[in-house]
Amino acid sequence: MILDGKAPTGKIQDSWDKHKIDSLKLVNPANKRKYKVLVVGTGLAGASAAASLGELGYQVEAFCYQDSPRRAHSIAAQGGINAAKAYPNDGDSVYRLFYDTIKGGDFRAREADVWRLAQVSNNIIDQCVAQGVPFARDYAGYLDNRSFGGAQVSRTFFARGQTGQQLLLGAYSALSRQIGAGTVKMFARTEMLDLVVVDGEAKGITVRDLVTGEVRSHVGDAVVLATGGYVNVFYLSTNAMGCSVSAIWKAHKKGAYLANPCYTQIHPTCIPQTGDYQSKLTLMSESLRNDGRIWVPKKKEDCGKAPSEIPEDDRDYYLERKYPSFGNLAPRDIASRAAKEQCDEGRGVGPGGRGVYLDFSASIARLGEGTIRERYGNLFEMYERITDENAYQRPMRIYPAPHYSMGGLWVDYNLQSNIPGLFVLGEANFSVHGANRLGASALMQGLADGYFVIPFTIANYLAQTKPGKVKADHPEMLKSIAEVKAERDRMLSINGKKTVTEFMREVGVLMWNNVGMARSEQSLNETLQKIPAIREEFWKNVKVTGSGDELNQQLENAGRTSDFIDFAELLSRDALHRQESCGGHFRVEHQYPDGEAKRDDANFAYSAAWEFKGTGKAPELHQEPLKFENVHLAVRSYK
Amino acid sequence: MSAHATEHGTMNLKLIVWRQSAPDKAGRFETYEAKGITPHHSFLEMLDVVNEDLIKAGQDPIAFDHDCREGICGMCSAVVNGVPHGGHERTTLCQLHMRKFKDGDAIYIEPWRARAFPILRDLVVDRGSLDKLIQAAGYVSCHTGGVPDGNAILVGKPEADYAMDAAECIGCGACVAACPNGAAMLFAGAKVSQLAELPQGQVEAPQRVAAMVRAMADQGFGNCSNHYECEGACPKGIKVKFIARLNREFTKALFLEKIGAISTVKAASAD
Repeated sequence: MILDGKAPTGKIQDSWDKHKIDSLKLVNPANKRKYKVLVVGTGLAGASAAASLGELGYQVEAFCYQDSPRRAHSIAAQGGINAAKAYPNDGDSVYRLFYDTIKGGDFRAREADVWRLAQVSNNIIDQCVAQGVPFARDYAGYLDNRSFGGAQVSRTFFARGQTGQQLLLGAYSALSRQIGAGTVKMFARTEMLDLVVVDGEAKGITVRDLVTGEVRSHVGDAVVLATGGYVNVFYLSTNAMGCSVSAIWKAHKKGAYLANPCYTQIHPTCIPQTGDYQSKLTLMSESLRNDGRIWVPKKKEDCGKAPSEIPEDDRDYYLERKYPSFGNLAPRDIASRAAKEQCDEGRGVGPGGRGVYLDFSASIARLGEGTIRERYGNLFEMYERITDENAYQRPMRIYPAPHYSMGGLWVDYNLQSNIPGLFVLGEANFSVHGANRLGASALMQGLADGYFVIPFTIANYLAQTKPGKVKADHPEMLKSIAEVKAERDRMLSINGKKTVTEFMREVGVLMWNNVGMARSEQSLNETLQKIPAIREEFWKNVKVTGSGDELNQQLENAGRTSDFIDFAELLSRDALHRQESCGGHFRVEHQYPDGEAKRDDANFAYSAAWEFKGTGKAPELHQEPLKFENVHLAVRSYK
Repeated sequence: MSAHATEHGTMNLKLIVWRQSAPDKAGRFETYEAKGITPHHSFLEMLDVVNEDLIKAGQDPIAFDHDCREGICGMCSAVVNGVPHGGHERTTLCQLHMRKFKDGDAIYIEPWRARAFPILRDLVVDRGSLDKLIQAAGYVSCHTGGVPDGNAILVGKPEADYAMDAAECIGCGACVAACPNGAAMLFAGAKVSQLAELPQGQVEAPQRVAAMVRAMADQGFGNCSNHYECEGACPKGIKVKFIARLNREFTKALFLEKIGAISTVKAASAD
């Protein structure tokens, strides 16, 4: 089937404003309180959506698995948030932000959605300032900007190295205000385990109370998923431990199309793994590459030596050697793959040989330690806390790690999935980043979707629905509860020999090795052969302790792991089908001699939206062709 | 590499852990062994190892809160050897590494203990009372949309930096757990100070502080008696000067209430 994103036609500059007037119905203020909206997830997208919908007068119920909505993983974003304010007078504009985002995404996103994102980016900054977000200011009191990768202008707003935290706490404060006012009912420590679809429309969710274990359904007139990304499928990533694919996977099993799951982003500057016990990887801002030189020993036998004992001539500054014009500032995907290559050749350093040096000695000699400390002091401190090494004295060790997923549930221009009444926001949808996300754009998307898109587009759906159509005792609700309980009981009854963590590590390591930074037909086929066996063993041999009627973290993880196993298959299948390289999806068969990703616009200029056909069965592919009317398709080059 | 590590770089530890199966059940200390721990394990990764052993032995693993494991979400929370987060400067429990311990150490691990934080299971407590403080008034009452341009509200750099110092709070509750009175004054003071310092937050500053102080009493938090344990335990280095600010703001609010310049009850803002 050919999918229609229902993007407005005509001049793109007017598309969103015209769409709001011509195509979106309103719900009058007195009627809003009759509608109930369920919002799952309270990160930037979910919290901003729940707060804004509550302010408008809808009855909102919001859900998060953490103990408080303030803890969602948006909080970990360091660098900043983009906006086309053009305060520095450097030639920025809505068009430039739009263009940079389309190009950065390697021409795999829908133009109209990206335009809207760029257009509302300015409103986000205003909104956050009004909430009391302490953005960096200059001495005259004006907002300060910094530059970021993939752009030639300074358009990034920031609050020290904790921009995500401050924006999330802003959205959390707006959400808290509505909870206090009674328009939003908050359910923390509550995990969504099913989507309830009635007569083809999303009308509820089934959840598990993570404290009491109670399984129950919540009925709503519409459901909003803002449940984040899925790169924990690689086991080790920069995501929080609780980040999972489960909410969108459950929706997918109920008919929602999952689009471009193979678009995952690997961040080049993370602290390397030290052992098998490791639970997560920590990212350090990419800005470090501005003053650090990346190298590995030329000779394998030098890898065990202290770096200071390896003379200059025996060091391979491989990025400077391979990419002389860009050097250490090569794009994220290139830098990541190059590090993997050196380690694959046996020239990696540190535990397990999975690391490369990021050396500041030349910069310290040139600028002095004081300057380096001023620029990166907090990062050096974090590095030392984790590794016990002083990076002023010996080079840091870094290695790439998965940290963001561009793919997600398919949505149309109104952020509605193919299931009417199911809306998807933020990282959980596939909409604006194409095949690769630029730095400081994730925060922008989350808040754009929640504050400035969903309040308009959800009204259009609700205006055409009768409020309270489905009741709590509807057979579909009861069926959903029974199914969730049955799966829970099945997991608890197996009492096998392998722990949940062992299964997650097994599937995750397989995915990282075969479907991580580089993918080939062979590695993907091998993965697709192995996953069914892992699934089979999981359902025969997993050991989940405790019961369903209590706080049981093993049971929570077992459910998430089971979904990751099923989802890993779809991700691999999507990667196998996309016989081109683009953005974060790198197929070794499709590259230019310099290692750049080689797109195939003739055959793959579409979004791939997959329809679930049963566990272990081949999903059906639906295509949404991508049209580029405002930018020219070109080879992405940063040289 | 730490000088404390044994020859082979690994250590064995004795853990004395608070176990409690449910909020209404009696708790007790249980002793476990953590074997083969390297200096590179984080404290929570050490607990992961112990839990895997417990599961394999058919026992219930130790429940503990955690999520980002990079020191920013504020979810991890345990008192280690009597000190919230283990007592290393600007370090959450998830960022505490085992190189700070030595082979053979006995480590006591307990949940946050405070009247306002009921224990749910083992090391997991309910910190919903902190959310209630923010819901009472820890915000600027602005709606989505209809706000002025960001640069229309000028904020001096010193004021922005001061607000940011306060805003770094991660809401973990270590301050409450460290306080002999179970007070949330550092948490509330940080929010009151951040918003009172900025022009956007000044309009409602007296109502905000009055509502938050009353909410603290309602939620069962104690009062500050200047022990400063909170600042010592705070993994983000939030300073007690923000408690002083809260007290100043509260005194001002009481005066304004007295003369009738502001109403006692903060108006509900449902609109």
